[in-house]
Amino acid sequence: MSVNLTLLIVMGVLYACGIYLILELSLTRVLLGLMLMANATNLLILATGGYAGLAPLFNKSTDPRDYNDPLPQALILTSIVISFAVTAFMLGIIYRTWALARQDDIQDDAEDRRVAKTPSFDAEDDSVVPEETSEFPVTAVTEAAKEGGPQ
Amino acid sequence: MNIASLAPLAVVLPILGAALTFALNRNPVAQRVVSIGFLSLTLLLECWLLASVWTAGTASVTLGGWQPPFGVVMVVDQFSSLMLVVSSVISLAVLIYATGQGMADGDREAPVSIFHPTYLILVAGVSNAFLTGDLFNLYVGFEILLTASYVLMTLGGTGPRIRAGVTYVVVSVVSSVLFLIAIAMIYGATGTISMADLAIKLDGLDPGTRNLLHVMLLVAFGIKAAVFPLSFWLPDSYPTAPAPVTAVFAGLLTKVGVYAMVRTETLLFPGDTLNAPLMVVALLTMLVGILGAIAQSDIKRLLSFTLVSHIGYMVFGLAMSSVAGLAAAVFYVAHHITVQTSLFLVTGLIERRGGSASLDRLGGLAKLSPLLALLFFIPAMNLAGIPPFSGFLGKLGLLQAGIALGTPLSITLVVGGVVTSLLTLLAIARVWNRAFWRKPEDADYPAPILKDTAAVGLLPRTMVGPTAALVVFGVALTVFAGPLFQLAGNSAEQMLDRTAYIHSVLGGNAKVPEIAAPQSLQGGGK
Repeated sequence: MSVNLTLLIVMGVLYACGIYLILELSLTRVLLGLMLMANATNLLILATGGYAGLAPLFNKSTDPRDYNDPLPQALILTSIVISFAVTAFMLGIIYRTWALARQDDIQDDAEDRRVAKTPSFDAEDDSVVPEETSEFPVTAVTEAAKEGGPQ
Repeated sequence: MNIASLAPLAVVLPILGAALTFALNRNPVAQRVVSIGFLSLTLLLECWLLASVWTAGTASVTLGGWQPPFGVVMVVDQFSSLMLVVSSVISLAVLIYATGQGMADGDREAPVSIFHPTYLILVAGVSNAFLTGDLFNLYVGFEILLTASYVLMTLGGTGPRIRAGVTYVVVSVVSSVLFLIAIAMIYGATGTISMADLAIKLDGLDPGTRNLLHVMLLVAFGIKAAVFPLSFWLPDSYPTAPAPVTAVFAGLLTKVGVYAMVRTETLLFPGDTLNAPLMVVALLTMLVGILGAIAQSDIKRLLSFTLVSHIGYMVFGLAMSSVAGLAAAVFYVAHHITVQTSLFLVTGLIERRGGSASLDRLGGLAKLSPLLALLFFIPAMNLAGIPPFSGFLGKLGLLQAGIALGTPLSITLVVGGVVTSLLTLLAIARVWNRAFWRKPEDADYPAPILKDTAAVGLLPRTMVGPTAALVVFGVALTVFAGPLFQLAGNSAEQMLDRTAYIHSVLGGNAKVPEIAAPQSLQGGGK
């Protein structure tokens, strides 16, 4: 299988930029990163199709080896449609984040922060009980036994 | 006509239902009737499929008349039909619960015109992922269910949900890109993406290339299944969604990842090349997940961490690649889908009755609503693996298989499994003691609604009913554990043998390659 070098280099650059952008804090850049990675993957699929050839429209007189491999193109078409839908949805979410919080950054989970700050000592689970809290305290039972004892 | 040729209907019916409910978005009553009706039909069809596979064996359908190695096939075997039935039972129960919630609350939380079509699309995606025999179609199935889940996750568009949704969407998209890269590389290496054909052609590859493809797929599915180093996103995003949505996500989405792992491990990459790393990952998933659960004070977050932790058991069963281990893993998947979903549904009820899902605010629920306490107690004990329940049977099967395998690593995992089970009991007992047993005034910040002993209307029958039905279904898995274990054992044998699968897709003349390390098949007989 021969591979087109330009295609490979473009793919590598797209992946590198995509991964760099995904690691950013700004949501818009993360989205751009995801789009670049999706397109890099499309190029990768295209590269797996092998050599360039004729459009795969059936004609009896053409030698089958002159055709391009049609399957990767079908896969790319599907993957473009999917990444289009996901990008549209992400844009919606980013807009909503902006409308709600007036910022474009990825936000922390408040509950995560709270759990992380919680000390390992839990008053309810771990403290020594200073006084008798039971409805039937041991002292009352023994006193009752003492009072009842001599009779 | 063969019943199995109706298999694509399991995907088509929910999609049809989605289209209809979308058209009926002005009429909530008609929407409810249509979505529940279509899901019930799907469930009936899937039960029929399971019965036919039980008697007639694995069957496949080629879509669009394209012959197998080129076109998309759908394969119904015992494992996939079992998963279909369990997933449909779950999704039907959750749908009725969500409908009940919507009728009780006036649909503020979940705009009904969006909820029903999206939910049905999610079910279609799950069915597609279970049925497909084509790697790229598996990707499409994943994308269908993920895209639907993005919408369900951010339903209503409140601040916390959008924040959680961002993490969830980005992580899912990255995992999908990884999966797509793996597919592209597999196509480049073998020239096919039909799974049965791949089972034959991957065998001839150079071991280095083969391991690369194997690891790529495992990482992609590992993110979806929330296996330890790749699981951080799950407890961060699941708890904020509406209760029924969290319940169906917890039950189904990670299990689709586990299903894909099981399918690729057994069909495409049999043998024990990556079993040791998988076992280490399983151990870490179990322990890290459950230690995270103990630290939480919010019930939904706690349950999300136990969800991560128990994925470890399934990966353990898979990593043994013995019939006994795989059978126990299949059983455990069926058990865990049911139990985890019912626990999340009960948490939704707790939230309604107690005004909060935080353990700092709850107390005295056992006295306020004994029925709620019962509904929580049974699946909770089931999850922790207390003897009569299916959780115990599944864990016992895994531990027996681990001991039968007898390597130092598998024994370590057996110990880790027992420890995780005990820690699960600890986490669950904490919820029980705080939310149900102590007096409301002992809570740090008691929710005011706990004082109102007369607020029975907070638990509508349409929500309690499906929850109770799921709890009963969970108990039924215990009562009928014998036939279920037999089914799990049969599917494990079929999956490790591969002949039935490959022959049903490619015809009886296809040559099934020998598995590289046949000794791994003898790890304990069940």
